[in-house]
Amino acid sequence: MSARVLVGVKRVIDYAVKIRVKPDHTGVVTDGVKHSMNPFCEIAVEEAVKLKEKKLIKEVVAVSCGPQQVQETIRTALAMGADRGIHVEVSGKDYETLGPLQVSKILAALAKKEEASLIILGKQAIDDDCNQTGQMTAALLDWPQGTFASELAFEADKLKVVREIDGGLETIKIKLPAVVTADLRLNTPRYATLPNIMKAKKKKIAMVKPADLGVDVSSRLEVLKVDEPPTRQAGVKVETVEDLVGKLKEAGRV
Amino acid sequence: MGLFQKCSRLSLRSSYMWSVCPQYSIAVTARETPDRALIVHWTQHRDVHNSRRLGANPANPSAAPPRLPFSRVTQEDLSFFRALLPGRTITDPDLLKSSNVDWLKTVQGSSDVLLRPKTTEGVSQILRYCNERNLAVCPQGGNTGLVGGSVPVFDEIILSTSLMNQVFAFDNISGILTCQAGCVLENLSHYLEERDFIMPLDLGAKGSCHIGGNVSTNAGGLRLLRYGSLRGTVLGLEVVLADGHVLNCLATLRKDNTGYDLKQLFIGSEGTLGVITAVSILCPRKPKAVNVAFLGCSSFQQLLETFQCCRGMLGEILSAFEFLDASCMNLLEKHLKLTNPITECPFYIVIETAGSNATHDEEKLHQFLEEVMTSSLVTDGTVATEATKIKALWSLRERVTEALTHEGYTYKYDISLPVEKIYDLVQDMRRHLGGMAKNVVGYGHVGDGNLHLNITSPSKDFDLLAAIEPYVYEWTSQWKGSISAEHGLGLKKRNYIYYSKPSEAVALMGSIKAMLDPKGILNPYKTLPDNIN
Repeated sequence: MSARVLVGVKRVIDYAVKIRVKPDHTGVVTDGVKHSMNPFCEIAVEEAVKLKEKKLIKEVVAVSCGPQQVQETIRTALAMGADRGIHVEVSGKDYETLGPLQVSKILAALAKKEEASLIILGKQAIDDDCNQTGQMTAALLDWPQGTFASELAFEADKLKVVREIDGGLETIKIKLPAVVTADLRLNTPRYATLPNIMKAKKKKIAMVKPADLGVDVSSRLEVLKVDEPPTRQAGVKVETVEDLVGKLKEAGRV
Repeated sequence: MGLFQKCSRLSLRSSYMWSVCPQYSIAVTARETPDRALIVHWTQHRDVHNSRRLGANPANPSAAPPRLPFSRVTQEDLSFFRALLPGRTITDPDLLKSSNVDWLKTVQGSSDVLLRPKTTEGVSQILRYCNERNLAVCPQGGNTGLVGGSVPVFDEIILSTSLMNQVFAFDNISGILTCQAGCVLENLSHYLEERDFIMPLDLGAKGSCHIGGNVSTNAGGLRLLRYGSLRGTVLGLEVVLADGHVLNCLATLRKDNTGYDLKQLFIGSEGTLGVITAVSILCPRKPKAVNVAFLGCSSFQQLLETFQCCRGMLGEILSAFEFLDASCMNLLEKHLKLTNPITECPFYIVIETAGSNATHDEEKLHQFLEEVMTSSLVTDGTVATEATKIKALWSLRERVTEALTHEGYTYKYDISLPVEKIYDLVQDMRRHLGGMAKNVVGYGHVGDGNLHLNITSPSKDFDLLAAIEPYVYEWTSQWKGSISAEHGLGLKKRNYIYYSKPSEAVALMGSIKAMLDPKGILNPYKTLPDNIN
């Protein structure tokens, strides 16, 4: 197959870091905080590299949108086996307001430009939990979508996707070109080994601006306030059932 | 030929099983006979090489000696304790069970009383009383020790620090933390991390071990390479002596040369000279950038050269250099289902760097990695900068001990040797034991010259034990190594002390013990050899 796969990777605050809200409540503290590749994006990269190793696709292109630092994230994808990277430069205010709609416009434009026949994304990012980019990208391109994929297989000219849904597992067959979003159980991402990390240094990362792709990154959303969730109140211990009923009555629950 | 020993009558309720210790070369079981007397059967230790040097019972150097004539706990004693520590005097046998057995499940005591004081004053009153009554006491922290030092041998009263878990103070300019001895190491780490500091020591048992226990065993751990031992980082101690007197040397000074440094006596004394009740310790700043590299080498020689290269190129940012061999990796994969992140190699290294500047550290690390890769010192490897990945790589080294417990029976040896000789011991043991052992693995703090040699068999095998000991100790002694690098002597290794210390030194230790604890009530049967008197 001469297919080219586009994989979106997002740079997010590391999963293990304790998140702090900025004193002015406009967002969370990101300065000096450890960042890494979104775990679901890692799974997406792993899946793409696996497909390439099975010789089902020819090239894996890793894409990320953001400031200079996202190149680290693209390099990680390259170290895992992606062939080349595309860094879509978005910085400053634009980056702060960058959301699924703009990213999906960018990915759609890139998919057309690069003549990709498959886009694999993580199902959602762990910072915004939007779970929208994959779906919006498919809609903009008018491509079929297989979201929450826990299994992916090529069958003739179609893609068989097993999806994790609330009721269980749903198996669908979609025609290519298509968009797939990766769920947790799709695979276990590999560790980037040193020889690959060294090789990755030599792989190309092309720089592109949203304007070059004809995309307007202005946001239609305005974040009003960011707050921490309310602190959990300590429970109250009661000695007898009467006490319990009394307390419930006091709280207006009975 | 067997040696019979008749012990004094004991209540029917309790039964003894002294013999579960792996170093026992014989079956030692105490069973109740119809006439209610306990008879202990001993069978001959096959190899009585250095029996002259090994103490009171030459046939069984790591077996428990006979019970010394301490008093037994009476109802009156229990009333005293219950009045002193209401609700914190435990006598329920079910609750006592876990405190009577060590973490490795190899030694079991039969204490009937567990005391949980909350304050130093409480400990002082307990010891004063026990000293007067001639009752033996076994201080116990997290009970994670590996040499049977943290559990009673007979009916010693267990003095637990589990309720002494208050942090007194933390000075974030000097980095000096002052806290009670029962604080769990991991909790202290979390407390400090919120304030941008870390504990100067880290070990696999961090979720359970108490800082008091760490200090009284002079625990080493994974960060010793970078931050040094507790002998340097502990600034002060509060210790309760055998007669109940409180020795307050809880200074929080970095430098204090006024007289003899008494705290050094108690550090590493394994609870035999005094009970540590509070610690003041110097803590380093939390590094801004931590990287972990997991590398594979095809020979131990290359591993050593990688270490030299590492020292040279990473220099001051190096914070840990650990190794494990292919056998360890097999066990991790088999029992804990962990995955090897790189290709199979005979040796694996875990390197950690910790510094204040991520870019600077990563540059140094990448230069080092490029160097060792191109010179083929290292055949494969991976790097991690994210917290979750770092944890995953560290678990490959930290969980080896756990993986070994699934193999059946583990014979553990914690040896200090000249760095070049470390793996020679493992290979020699493999040759020496042949097919007798199921597994012979080596891992440990190679950066500190400390090998953890572990041998497994499906179940206790006395022939195997006889083949291992004293061969391993003699081998160590030949290279002027230590037979217990960081685990201490406890019950199991007390009589082997002569392999690493001259008799004059041991005699002086005995004098110090006699001076500080004339009745010998503090953690008896531990640390010092049976022939000390």
